[in-house]
Amino acid sequence: MRNLLSAADLDRDEATAILDTAERMHAIQTRQTKKLPPLRGRTVVNLFFEDSTRTRSSFEIAGKWLSADVINVSAKGSSLSKGESLRDTVLTVAAMGVDALVVRHNASGAVQRISEWVECPVVNAGDGTHEHPTQALLDAYTLRRRLGPLDERHVVIVGDITHSRVARSNVLLLTTLGARVTLVAPPTLMPPAVGAWACTTSWELDPVLSGKAHGDVDAVMMLRVQRERMTGGYFPTAREYAVGYGLSPARVEMLGDDVPVLHPGPMNRGLEISSAAADGLRSAVLEQVQAGVAVRMAVLYRLLAGAGEPATGLEESPS
Amino acid sequence: MTGSARVPAPHPGVSGPTAVGGVAPVLGPAEVGRIVDRMAHQVIETIAKLDFDAALLGIPTRGVPLARRLAERIEVFSGVPIAVGSLDITLFRDDLRLRGVRPLNDTVEPEGGVDGRTVILVDDVLFSGRSVRAALDALTELGRPRAVQLAVLVDRGHRQLPIRADYVGKNLPTNAAQSVRVHLAEIDGSDGVIVTDPAADSVPAHGEA
Repeated sequence: MRNLLSAADLDRDEATAILDTAERMHAIQTRQTKKLPPLRGRTVVNLFFEDSTRTRSSFEIAGKWLSADVINVSAKGSSLSKGESLRDTVLTVAAMGVDALVVRHNASGAVQRISEWVECPVVNAGDGTHEHPTQALLDAYTLRRRLGPLDERHVVIVGDITHSRVARSNVLLLTTLGARVTLVAPPTLMPPAVGAWACTTSWELDPVLSGKAHGDVDAVMMLRVQRERMTGGYFPTAREYAVGYGLSPARVEMLGDDVPVLHPGPMNRGLEISSAAADGLRSAVLEQVQAGVAVRMAVLYRLLAGAGEPATGLEESPS
Repeated sequence: MTGSARVPAPHPGVSGPTAVGGVAPVLGPAEVGRIVDRMAHQVIETIAKLDFDAALLGIPTRGVPLARRLAERIEVFSGVPIAVGSLDITLFRDDLRLRGVRPLNDTVEPEGGVDGRTVILVDDVLFSGRSVRAALDALTELGRPRAVQLAVLVDRGHRQLPIRADYVGKNLPTNAAQSVRVHLAEIDGSDGVIVTDPAADSVPAHGEA
């Protein structure tokens, strides 16, 4: 693994290796001294051209706990606002001797382009409406801890699929790991090309949640309704969306007691998710945040610790 | 796996093992059992003076079942249960960058933790000493033991660091190019110690760093 640009870059073995590594990384979150040495002397730059709190800070914490030096560059304070081109900004940062770039950009495909310009590994931390592979990894990690192996598990993803990089990466990764995915969205928020995706789709939530439409549900993931979409004519009113697609208290009760409810955050309570769902026993929202750090530690470790050599899954440690 | 049962085990007193035909188990299951028993008695001698306030920490992979066995024998001989844990050293190795990324193993703190106690690190083969150095670093992340000791089933020499073991099951003089593998029933199906010559060594060996 040289870059992590798309969840499709991960085959089943590599994805499983990352999740296994994350399990071990997770253990240090409970220790008093949260510091491990493998990335000492490495520099990771968080290059964020779009606002982000949880992704940026969890990459920062992940890098620091592995002893890397982590520097945050955000578009607001950068030369980009002075008219510099994206390519020049990236090359300038890379020329300082950076060992890895973690990039978020509001244009789909921008991270891919950046990876073609630089020598160091590049991690996609979200590009436009395209992909967000580490979010998919942390979702898969959270699901695996709750459910065990994901083979044949049925995961329902509800919300704005068209504009969701989270949904796209999750469909790719979850199916790689053997799970079955059903996407639920109003017709206006379902991408036209969704027929080519490896999943089933529905325009109605209730038959899916009850298991009547596509079989028993093992997990539900609610996507954030992005405020800017509300004026885009995708649905008449926020209230109508909440009635049709929100995870109301009544809908939560349709789910089995051990069905986890995920949300990538930030949540719009009362819109796509009710407080009963967000704070109930089924909610895995805070587990997802914890998993974010562990999974990003695993990704940085596997990209950087071996100096770019291929990762092995079999070799034993010599004495 | 590479059955020590296939070739009759030579008597355990052999000092310069010769690898005839590649694989010569220098210790068989019975010897390994007796060695573990003797080490258990030696550990008891030391920790009895400390009111048994000690913990065993196995270094993965084979140090972990070895530590468990040692603890079991200690309990049989002394009647006192002793805490066992495991300590993954992967992230603390000095050859991480040279040898590429490896999968991690579990670190399990022994019941009662390590702070203020005597911790005995347990590994299968002591060679360069680099694993033990890494283990000492990894251990500081868990806490501050009162003292740290080292128990190994086989000491094969060729140290690259100023490290020695407090309990040695078997001193096994080897040349540096040979590989020494400990097999344990929990992982390999049967017990045994096997010395392989470099030419015959087709399996990635432990004890090569």
